Amino acid sequence: MLRIENLSVQYGSRLALDNVSLEVQAGEMAALIGPNGAGKSTLIRAVSGVVPARSGSARTNGIDLLTLSPTARARWLAVVPQAASLPPAFTVWETVLLGRTPYLNFLGQISPHDEEIARRALVRVDALSLRERRVGELSGGEQQRVLLARALAQATPILLLDEPTSHLDLHYQVSFMETVRALAREEHLAILVALHDLNLAARYADRLILLRAGKVQAMGKPAQVLRPDLLSETYRWPVQVFPHPQAETLLVWPGARRG
Amino acid sequence: MRRLPPILLLLLLMLTALGLSMVVGSVFIPFADLWQVLIYGLTRRPFPEALQTAAVIVFAIRAPRTALTALTGAALGGSGAAYQGLFRNPLADPYLIGVASGAGLGAVLAMSIHWPYTFWGLMAVPALAFLSALLTVTLVCLLARVGKTFPTTTLILAGVAVSSFASALTSFLMLRSTGELRRAIGWLMGGSAQAGWQPVLTVLPYLAVGLTLLLISGHALNLLQFGDEQAQQMGLAVTRARLVILGAASLVTAAAVAFSGVIGFVGLIVPHLLRLWIGADYRRLLPLAVIGGATVLLLADVLARWLMAPQELPVGIVTALLGAPFFLWVLRRARHQGYW
Repeated sequence: MLRIENLSVQYGSRLALDNVSLEVQAGEMAALIGPNGAGKSTLIRAVSGVVPARSGSARTNGIDLLTLSPTARARWLAVVPQAASLPPAFTVWETVLLGRTPYLNFLGQISPHDEEIARRALVRVDALSLRERRVGELSGGEQQRVLLARALAQATPILLLDEPTSHLDLHYQVSFMETVRALAREEHLAILVALHDLNLAARYADRLILLRAGKVQAMGKPAQVLRPDLLSETYRWPVQVFPHPQAETLLVWPGARRG
Repeated sequence: MRRLPPILLLLLLMLTALGLSMVVGSVFIPFADLWQVLIYGLTRRPFPEALQTAAVIVFAIRAPRTALTALTGAALGGSGAAYQGLFRNPLADPYLIGVASGAGLGAVLAMSIHWPYTFWGLMAVPALAFLSALLTVTLVCLLARVGKTFPTTTLILAGVAVSSFASALTSFLMLRSTGELRRAIGWLMGGSAQAGWQPVLTVLPYLAVGLTLLLISGHALNLLQFGDEQAQQMGLAVTRARLVILGAASLVTAAAVAFSGVIGFVGLIVPHLLRLWIGADYRRLLPLAVIGGATVLLLADVLARWLMAPQELPVGIVTALLGAPFFLWVLRRARHQGYW
C-alpha cells in the first residue's frame, strides 16, 4: 500500500503540487487524471525521488519513501516511464536485467536468480520472444512492454506508470492496460497510473484521482469522479458522460463548444 | 569451433602490437633477437656480446616507450568510452570535447613553473593537468547543455571553443618560456618526448586509480544511457555516479596528456568500433576500450616511427591523420541515426 500525505512540490515560485494526499491499496489500480500541467507527472517524479518534495511524505509499511536512498527506494517502488528516446543499442534482455539494479553489488554482477526474475517479468508481459532483439528495432507498444518488464524485475510492491499509453495504438493501449490490471489483481501490487485518456481510465482503474493545478479535485470510483459538471469545469470544455450500452463502464464524450 | 571471445582476440592483438613496438624503430631488432634479449633480461643472466646493443635499445629505450604508449592508449580508450557514455553522445572524445587541451594547458603551466626532472616536478605536471581537465570539462558541460541533453552540435562547438582557448593560452605560455621549446612542441603534438622509466612509473598510480574507477562504472553507465531520471528510479545515486565517472575519466586523460601530449581521436575510434562489434553494454565495452586503446596507439606509434624512418613523426599526427576521416564518417552515420 502507498499512502501519500500532504505532498507539495515547488517549481520556482509555482506550486506544482499543493498538499496532495491519496492512498493506493495493494491489489488496486488507481489512475491519476487531469489536464496538462495538473501535476500528474510531478507527483510520480516526486514520489520516486527525482524532484524534491517541499513537504509531505509517501509511506509504505511505515517507511517514508522520500527519505530513502535511491537504491533503497528502488526496492519498494518502480516507475514505468513513457517509451521515448530509449538507448537503441541495448537488447531487451540487457534492458530488463537493469531492473535488478537495487539488488546488485557495485559491479552489477547478475546471478542466475536475477536472470530467473527477469525472465519471469518478460513472460508476464508476454515479451519473452523479444529477448534478443535490440530496443531500437521494437515498435512503441513493444518498447512499453519491455519497460513494464524492467519495472517488474525490480520486484517492488508499488508500481507507478507515467502516461504509458500515450504513444500507443488502440490494440496496444488496451492490451497494455489489461496486463497492468491483471498485475494488480494477481501479483497484489499497488499501482498508480497517470492517464490522459479518460475512457481508458474509466474502464480499467478501480479508483480515479482527478488533479487540477496541483490539487486533488475529486477522488473515488469512476462514477463518482467522471461527472459532466466536474470534468467540464476541470478541462474547461463541455464534457458529457454516458453509461456504455453493453459493458459496465462509462464513456466520456467531449462535446462541441457552445456559444 | 567456438568463436574467440572478443577480449582474448583483443589481448592477442595487443600482444602483437607490443611486439611490433619493440622491434620497429631506427634500428630494427629481429623478433628472434628480441626474444633472446627478453629471456636473458628476465632471467638476469649477462647478455652475450652479440646482443648487447639490442639489449640496451630494448630495455632503455623501446620498453619504456612502449609501456608509456600502451598506458596512454589505454587511458584514452577508457576515458573516451566513459565520456561517450556520460554525455550519451557517440562523438564525445577527450580531444574533441576539449578536455585533452585543457589538461595540456595545465601541464604546460606546471612545466613553465618547473621543468619535470625531479620526482615532485613530475608529479606536479599531471596534478595540474588534472585540475585543468576538470575545469575544462565542467565548462564544456555548462556550455553544451541543452535542457538535460548534450546534443552533438553544442558539445562539439563548446569543445572546439574551449579547446582553442586553452591551446592559445598554451602557445602563449610556451612562447614565453625559454629553451626546451622544440621539445614542448613535440610533446604537445603527441610525441613521447620523455624517455626512460621515470614517466612510466609516475603515470602508473594515476592510471591505476582512474582506470579502476572507470572499470567498475560499467553498470552505472548502462543505467545512465536511459537518462538521469530513469537511472535514479532504477536505484542509481546519479549525481555521485556522474561525479565519480567524470572525475576518473578526467584523471586518466590528464595523466595521459601530461606524459604523452595531446593525442586525438583514439578515444573516439576505439569505443565506437567496439560498440559496433560487441554492442552497448558498458561492462564489456570499458575493459575492451582500455585494451583496444592501448593496441591502436601502439600501432599508430609504430607507424609514426616507420613512415619516415629514421625520422620520427609525433604519434598525434598519425592519429589525427587516421582519426579525422573516421570522425567525419561517424558524423555522417550519427546524422542518419538521428543523433543530431
